[in-house]
Amino acid sequence: MQIYLPIAEVSVNAFLLFGLGGLVGILSGMFGVGGGFLMTPLLFFVGIPPAVAVATEANQIVASSFSGVLAHFKRRTVDLRMGTVLLIGGLFGAALGVVVFNYLKSLGQVDLLVRLCYVAFLGIVGGLMFLESLRALRNTARGGAPKRRRHNWVHNLPFKMKFRVSGLYISVIPPLLVGVLVGILAAIMGVGGGFIMVPAMIYILGMPTKVVVGTSLFQIIFVTAFTTLLHATTNYTVDIVLAVLLLVGGVIGAQIGTRIGLRLKAEQLRILLSGIVLVVCGKLALDLLIQPQELYTLGASDH
Amino acid sequence: MRLIAIMCLLLATLPARAEQVVLGLSQDEVAITATFEGDEILIFGAIQRETPIDAERPLSVVITVEGPSSPIVVRRKERRFGIWVNTDAVEVDAAPSFYAVTTSGPLDEVLTNTENLRHNITIDRAVRSRGAPMNITDSEAFSEALIRIRERSGLYKLIENGVDLEEQTLFHTNVSLPANLTEGHYEARIFLTREGEVVDVYRTPIEVRRVGIGQWLFALSRSQPLLYGLMSLAIAIAAGWSASKVFSALKR
Repeated sequence: MQIYLPIAEVSVNAFLLFGLGGLVGILSGMFGVGGGFLMTPLLFFVGIPPAVAVATEANQIVASSFSGVLAHFKRRTVDLRMGTVLLIGGLFGAALGVVVFNYLKSLGQVDLLVRLCYVAFLGIVGGLMFLESLRALRNTARGGAPKRRRHNWVHNLPFKMKFRVSGLYISVIPPLLVGVLVGILAAIMGVGGGFIMVPAMIYILGMPTKVVVGTSLFQIIFVTAFTTLLHATTNYTVDIVLAVLLLVGGVIGAQIGTRIGLRLKAEQLRILLSGIVLVVCGKLALDLLIQPQELYTLGASDH
Repeated sequence: MRLIAIMCLLLATLPARAEQVVLGLSQDEVAITATFEGDEILIFGAIQRETPIDAERPLSVVITVEGPSSPIVVRRKERRFGIWVNTDAVEVDAAPSFYAVTTSGPLDEVLTNTENLRHNITIDRAVRSRGAPMNITDSEAFSEALIRIRERSGLYKLIENGVDLEEQTLFHTNVSLPANLTEGHYEARIFLTREGEVVDVYRTPIEVRRVGIGQWLFALSRSQPLLYGLMSLAIAIAAGWSASKVFSALKR
């Protein structure tokens, strides 16, 4: 069934989008990430204009994160105070990101920036996570206990604050900076930033893993909601029909994914996720390095 | 049969000129609905004449269908620091969003170059580029790329021998519109030619617009962007909430 997307102005197969939404939903249910880092490149591939894909993805992540955070609220695994600090940084970052996005759009380099961001962050995060989970797998195989994290430079900064749910007493500067970074990425890449936020909270802020996913989802809702509104009012690129098509598949997929995820070990999950991240990264890197078949691209004129 | 009947009726009612086009369209409006998969317009007509058919110098028909024009920026990638980056850009002043040319014979036989220049009939004449920045010497490459890309996505096309011309009098053709159509004022032009010279031109508008929910959403996104954004969020929140409800109900 073909559906004409009113904002993207392309006709797409509805079942294909259901399928994509479902596939990414399964992964997001399994790994606790929004799945935007996978969905946005997939949408490019289907033929959705990049600007529409990025803005609409933000809207879809609001839905999946909201669904996820409700479950975490029930289990009391959301650090509201930490979430709020990250959020303040995130909103600032998102506003900055949209400004950067629009500036680059006028230069015609937005495509490049989005791709470079993807390659860089997917590569770094995927690589680090892969090494870390490989080490963890070897340790559990040897039967050794995982090492406790010690204090690092993060704990020596001023403006300390108590985060009771996370059991932390640290400076507000690092969480603010993490928030800004993720906000910028959310606006430029159309991702919630979960795949960056989660490792940053574990490895930089030293938060306990069980509160990380819920807290990250909590702040992602607001940042992506804000991003959606900014894109809707400045670029008019949020395609509500596309968002709904993706949502339906995503919601069903997330349920299946959560069930699969429960049967796997944490290290196995992380190594799988890092594998997927690295594959996406490799594909995007190749696209940049190999000569494209068509050297020319079309864009709307500003005047 | 019905087609011919309509023709005859048209022929009978119209005032006379030497040789002129009498036209019908299967539709003068194309509605882009939510499930739009492309459309086809049947263009049919007759040639009305005072004098007997000139068998020595046969007539030909050239039909164009043109979408609304807008300026387009064409960018070219080049390898910089090992990766492919957009470098040069040329603004094409006016490029139609859709352009189809269909003829009753080989293009170079039915139309002379002079007439093409005068009436801007072929695709490369429909795409107008006034000039490129000083640093770009091969600006034609950009217009060619634009045409190539749009031909590949079915937006520009040239169909030679696509018009059926019977008995030098009745003609008809189908112009298929792709699914990735944009809305606006389209125009069909019918050229009657003899030995490549244009004898008569007939123009008729075709309206292409979104209808139904697509139109409503598009209008809302432009006129009330904040409301539209909030509505998108409300739908997302509602979907997320109901997913969580259904999920926990299934678990129990």
